[in-house]
Amino acid sequence: MSSVVAITYEIPKRQHPVHQFIVQQPLGAAGLVVILVMVFAGVFAKFVAPYDPLQLDYGSMLSPPSAEHLLGTDAFGRDVLSRIIYGARTALLVGFFSSLLGSTVGAVIGVASAYFGGRIDMIIQRLMDILLAFPIIVLALAVVAVLGNFVVGGLDLNLIIAIAIPMVPKVARVVRSSALVICEMPYIDAARVAGYSNIRIMARHIIPNVTAPYLIMFTAFVAQAILLEASLSFLGLGVAEPTAAWGLMLAGSSAEFYREAPWMIICPGLAISLAVFAFNLFGDSLRDWLDPKIKV
Amino acid sequence: MTSYAFHRLLLMIPTLLGVAVLVFIMMRMLPGDIVELKLLAEGGQVDEAALDAERKNLGLDKPMWHQFVDWMVGLVTFDFGKSLWTGRPVVDEIGSRFELSMQVALMATTLAILIAIPLGTLSALFKDTWIDYVIRIFSIAGLAVPSFWLGMLIILALLLNFNWIPPLTYTPIYEDPWRNLSQLIWPAMAVGYRYSAVATRMMRSSILEVLKEDYIRTARAKGVFERLVIARHAMKNAMLPVITVIGLEFGFLIGGLVVTEQVFNLNGLGKLFVETVTRGDFTMVQALVMLIAVIFVLINFVVDLLYGVFDPRVRLGSSR
Repeated sequence: MSSVVAITYEIPKRQHPVHQFIVQQPLGAAGLVVILVMVFAGVFAKFVAPYDPLQLDYGSMLSPPSAEHLLGTDAFGRDVLSRIIYGARTALLVGFFSSLLGSTVGAVIGVASAYFGGRIDMIIQRLMDILLAFPIIVLALAVVAVLGNFVVGGLDLNLIIAIAIPMVPKVARVVRSSALVICEMPYIDAARVAGYSNIRIMARHIIPNVTAPYLIMFTAFVAQAILLEASLSFLGLGVAEPTAAWGLMLAGSSAEFYREAPWMIICPGLAISLAVFAFNLFGDSLRDWLDPKIKV
Repeated sequence: MTSYAFHRLLLMIPTLLGVAVLVFIMMRMLPGDIVELKLLAEGGQVDEAALDAERKNLGLDKPMWHQFVDWMVGLVTFDFGKSLWTGRPVVDEIGSRFELSMQVALMATTLAILIAIPLGTLSALFKDTWIDYVIRIFSIAGLAVPSFWLGMLIILALLLNFNWIPPLTYTPIYEDPWRNLSQLIWPAMAVGYRYSAVATRMMRSSILEVLKEDYIRTARAKGVFERLVIARHAMKNAMLPVITVIGLEFGFLIGGLVVTEQVFNLNGLGKLFVETVTRGDFTMVQALVMLIAVIFVLINFVVDLLYGVFDPRVRLGSSR
């Protein structure tokens, strides 16, 4: 008889999910780093920014990038770099809260639609179709125009609502299709047999199981919200002067100084693009990591 | 097929009706009284009598439901009313601008398709090589760059190199096609980049999916040239999701035009929309929103029908 061979089996070390994500999705991790830098700059804008973003300085209007003003100044002598740093705060706050609102409302509607099915599902889906037939910016424009400005703590709540509404039908659709699968699971039947209320079944059994699509949609829509906020501010319907916002920096007077002050056009646009790029990169990787089948 | 098409057309009616109700209510909630604003802008006497007379003139003295019914009857009989602000018929106001915006939109779509199909295919065929990486970065960047900023950059580059500034008026294509195209290619590029990025990404993932299919292996096994395998078997089958995304994004393209038209000083639908919303000219806004919604719904319809053309396995009408 052959001798017994000792089997050495090393239990694989369980990696922390964050570590796993960084190893498996280097591009996504790079995006995350950019996002964290922006969050840092936004939160500590007061300490990071070299100047007060609102401070007018008529002595140095339209001065080109120099050691004193790294990215130059605008038509009112305000420091462009400081305005971009403060603009990160505006972009992130509006992006985060509108995406949170839009994705959450969308997810709740999607789950309810899938769970109740039948006539309710049909009605909800038709309503979502109606919202989808509105082009995003048209809808946001109309909402901003109808609601006007309602500023709380430097944040325009109506702008957030306007940006969130067009997200709702899209999130609802994706979450609904994920929730439909969950609703067929035996444990949902079991929960029903056990006599749990509809609310409890949705909140405790379905919603936790659609977290992956929810998170994926949420990150993707932060990027879209930042873009939309920039567009609306550019049109003069979003964030109002003198608050520092990237879209606003591109609007109005900056377009009159193409030749004299190209930095006024290049820098804020780069900031928007970089922010959206980072969120897209992170969102894409998060999707590949959590659930590659979901289409945003 | 025909019954399916008919059924789909019928389904559009409730959607469009919903859009109509929504925009009607939204516009009535707008702060500010257009009649008062208009009279003030014209410099006329603003008192109650003048306001009432003007309201009566514009048909705003009728009850809300009556106004809605009037508008609906108008829509069905292709009578869209008059602009509250200028007093000109809505059709006249929209007409020439519609032409301009549609031309830019179609040029952008053409550009996007011309870029997306070869780039997406290349990216998929050379997956995980530098070609793939370059194309992917190009397309992720396309999603991040705001079209209005790209437009500004294009203007900046043209200004510095050729001293070109956006013209004050655009030449219609039937007057001077060459001049018209050379003016409109830039806004088309600005809005088309994002569009092409979306389509390129879809084309790539779609080709990758199709290449795993059995019929591709079969085609290769029976000795079909690789070029034909890609062109006839892979690309044709991969087109389906790309068509969907191109169709869906067309609606958003019009939205993107809203901002880009400002940059290029293009007097199109988008600019008209911003102007009329800020003025509270609701007959115009209602008509514009309905126009865009109809385009969106019709494109979805056409995309659905194209499914059957590109993929005979999709049996239209049996899924109900």
